[in-house]
Amino acid sequence: MPARAILLKGGRVIDPASGLDATRDVLIEKGVVADIGDGLSTNGATVVDCDGLVAAPAFVDLHVHLREPGREDAETIESGSRAAARGGYSAVCAMANTNPVADSAAVVEQVHNTGRAVGLVDVYPVGALTVGLEGERLAEMGEMFASKAGVNFFSDDGRCVQDSGLMRRALEYSRAFDAIVANHAEDAGLADGAAMNEGEVSGLLGLPGIPDEAEELIIARDLALAKLTGARLHVPHVSTAGSVELIRAAKTAGVRVTAEATPHHLALTDTLVASFDPVYRVAPPLRTRADVEALRAGLIDGTIDCVATDHAPHAREDKEKEFDKAPPGMLGLETALGVLMAELVGSGLLTLPALIERMSFAPARIRGLDGHGGPITPGAPATLVVFDPAQRWVVDPARLQSLSENTPFAGRELQGAVVHTMLRGKFTVRDGEVVHGQG
Amino acid sequence: MIKHLLSIRDLDADGITRVLDTAGAFRENMGRKYPTLRLKTVVNFFYESSTRTRTSFELAAKRLSADVLNFASGGSSVEKGESLKDTAQTIEAMGVDCIIIRHSSAGAANRLADWVSASVINAGDGMHEHPTQALLDLFTIRQHVPTFEGLRVAIVGDVLHSRVARSDVIGLQTMGADVTLVAPPTLLPPGVDSWGVRVATHLDPVLRELDVCYLLRMQLERQKSGYVPTLREYARLWGLDRRRAAMLPERALIMHPGPMNRGVEIAADVAEFERAVITDQVTNGIAVRQALLYLILGGPEVKEGGPDAG
Repeated sequence: MPARAILLKGGRVIDPASGLDATRDVLIEKGVVADIGDGLSTNGATVVDCDGLVAAPAFVDLHVHLREPGREDAETIESGSRAAARGGYSAVCAMANTNPVADSAAVVEQVHNTGRAVGLVDVYPVGALTVGLEGERLAEMGEMFASKAGVNFFSDDGRCVQDSGLMRRALEYSRAFDAIVANHAEDAGLADGAAMNEGEVSGLLGLPGIPDEAEELIIARDLALAKLTGARLHVPHVSTAGSVELIRAAKTAGVRVTAEATPHHLALTDTLVASFDPVYRVAPPLRTRADVEALRAGLIDGTIDCVATDHAPHAREDKEKEFDKAPPGMLGLETALGVLMAELVGSGLLTLPALIERMSFAPARIRGLDGHGGPITPGAPATLVVFDPAQRWVVDPARLQSLSENTPFAGRELQGAVVHTMLRGKFTVRDGEVVHGQG
Repeated sequence: MIKHLLSIRDLDADGITRVLDTAGAFRENMGRKYPTLRLKTVVNFFYESSTRTRTSFELAAKRLSADVLNFASGGSSVEKGESLKDTAQTIEAMGVDCIIIRHSSAGAANRLADWVSASVINAGDGMHEHPTQALLDLFTIRQHVPTFEGLRVAIVGDVLHSRVARSDVIGLQTMGADVTLVAPPTLLPPGVDSWGVRVATHLDPVLRELDVCYLLRMQLERQKSGYVPTLREYARLWGLDRRRAAMLPERALIMHPGPMNRGVEIAADVAEFERAVITDQVTNGIAVRQALLYLILGGPEVKEGGPDAG
């Protein structure tokens, strides 16, 4: 028996793909948008009142760590999928730094299959660029590309490819699949032992710092290599004003580069580290207010194409340590919308349609994820988020879907709450609750 | 009085003065035993080896009649992989009133204070702070000068890696002194321009105007990591040798937190000069730590007639 049609009634529909921003009804049948218009007839459909709510393409995250396989105590593909759905996401790209490393067709297929079996979001594995993330020889990109996971995105995230020759080969080789290569930009010599941003705060706290230049040197090098090879470079978690400048100039020069920034780098600064609470330890580190402003400007003018969370769960015992002994990383999936609504839209810096574009349409197009990021037009998959743009809520780590609690936004009031998330016409979140049994 | 001493910032000028005044009373009666902290338990929780600071705290606590536990990380549960938090809570469960912690990680004392209900005293955390060193240094200086106001102090050497320097700069500034940092450019902390200190690369030009010349320990490791080419060159350019010591005003104090590398940051004979108060610093350290324990562990305001009159 076919599922009943669903009518999302009277929401503000924002669809970056078609440029739509108007109050509309959206009729969903058999997993796709059947009709969109004003005052559509109910006609036996389940009516979901969206008055005062925003309906948009569900979000796409190019950068998450789901920890499975290897650290299922911190996160699993299932718990990470729940967190993603709860955050309004329909697709996440799972980084390769698992155990075993996702550097082979077998591991990426396993991640892909588990994601599909959970069924709450589409999990797109990111393949390792080098075997074991060791930065020594290329992983079998072609095998991963040809696998059922269809990997077209490669990164050693968490580690930086230091060897310029190897990075050149990786970029050159990726052209065979028109794949995207991302590199965690961190020059090893300058990063040695660092636990936070190098600057006034690190000097006072006596914590070893990593200078902006550790990121900027690698980005400058990678941009030059992308130009040399004609390959597609994606710059993950841009964190410094200088990096934004480098990317802006490279884009002007026609380099095939895209870039992402995280909600935490767009909202927080290194002054938080004065608490010595490792929840504020992340790589790249929280920087200064000037960097935050530059990232925001970059996101606004399109130098930074999209928002990615770098969702990085860590088990409680791993974060309940001395600052310099705790692993870097922060949760992000369930707070991204609320942080960005509060920090960027609420303050009038970014329009709501522009934020949605950078959270859904833009990242989906970077990786070529058809069926995600819109459009919301008849015949297109009904993969949508419905959220209340006005609702304020306070982050309680214990109430997050993630198995871990390492959010830097604990106790903060955010603006904008996900009400429903839908993947190909099925609710994955309904009235704020994750819907189980999708598989 | 404050509950914890995690940073010298926890004390304002009045707070520092109170500790120094109290220490003065103890200093006049060194070796005397007071009943003040009877039935109080103090634990020395040392994750880094340190003979000097640990024994100083131990003596200070014992002279106040506290029970003292010494806990070193070597050969303990820490080596078996127990976390700082678990170890601290285990120790606290044994009923301690004060935990004195020395640790290689900046902020370890701050973390500890979040996890336990006992008082926490920072005995040195990574490159962050060493507030009791600052207090004993201030005490030692005050033995020789009438006021800190306008006092000209140079701190020389590896400021970047020095918790002593961080605490001393803050403590000295809180008391009104003018601080100059003298170091090779590789050994200055980032953001030092915002510290409100003068920064000099070379020692000779600043020596003639100093009231205190404070030399930091220079570790061999800094040569290995390339902060300086060789310790020999460091000694030649930044060490306080006899020639440089002669450039100091006659009454200027020479200080060092110990342990010294004689022949590196300070020439062997300079360390023996009368105005080198390095051994006084050690003695004063006990009195200052007595004062701190006394004030933090619930001792009332010091009364006329000495600390035991309270």
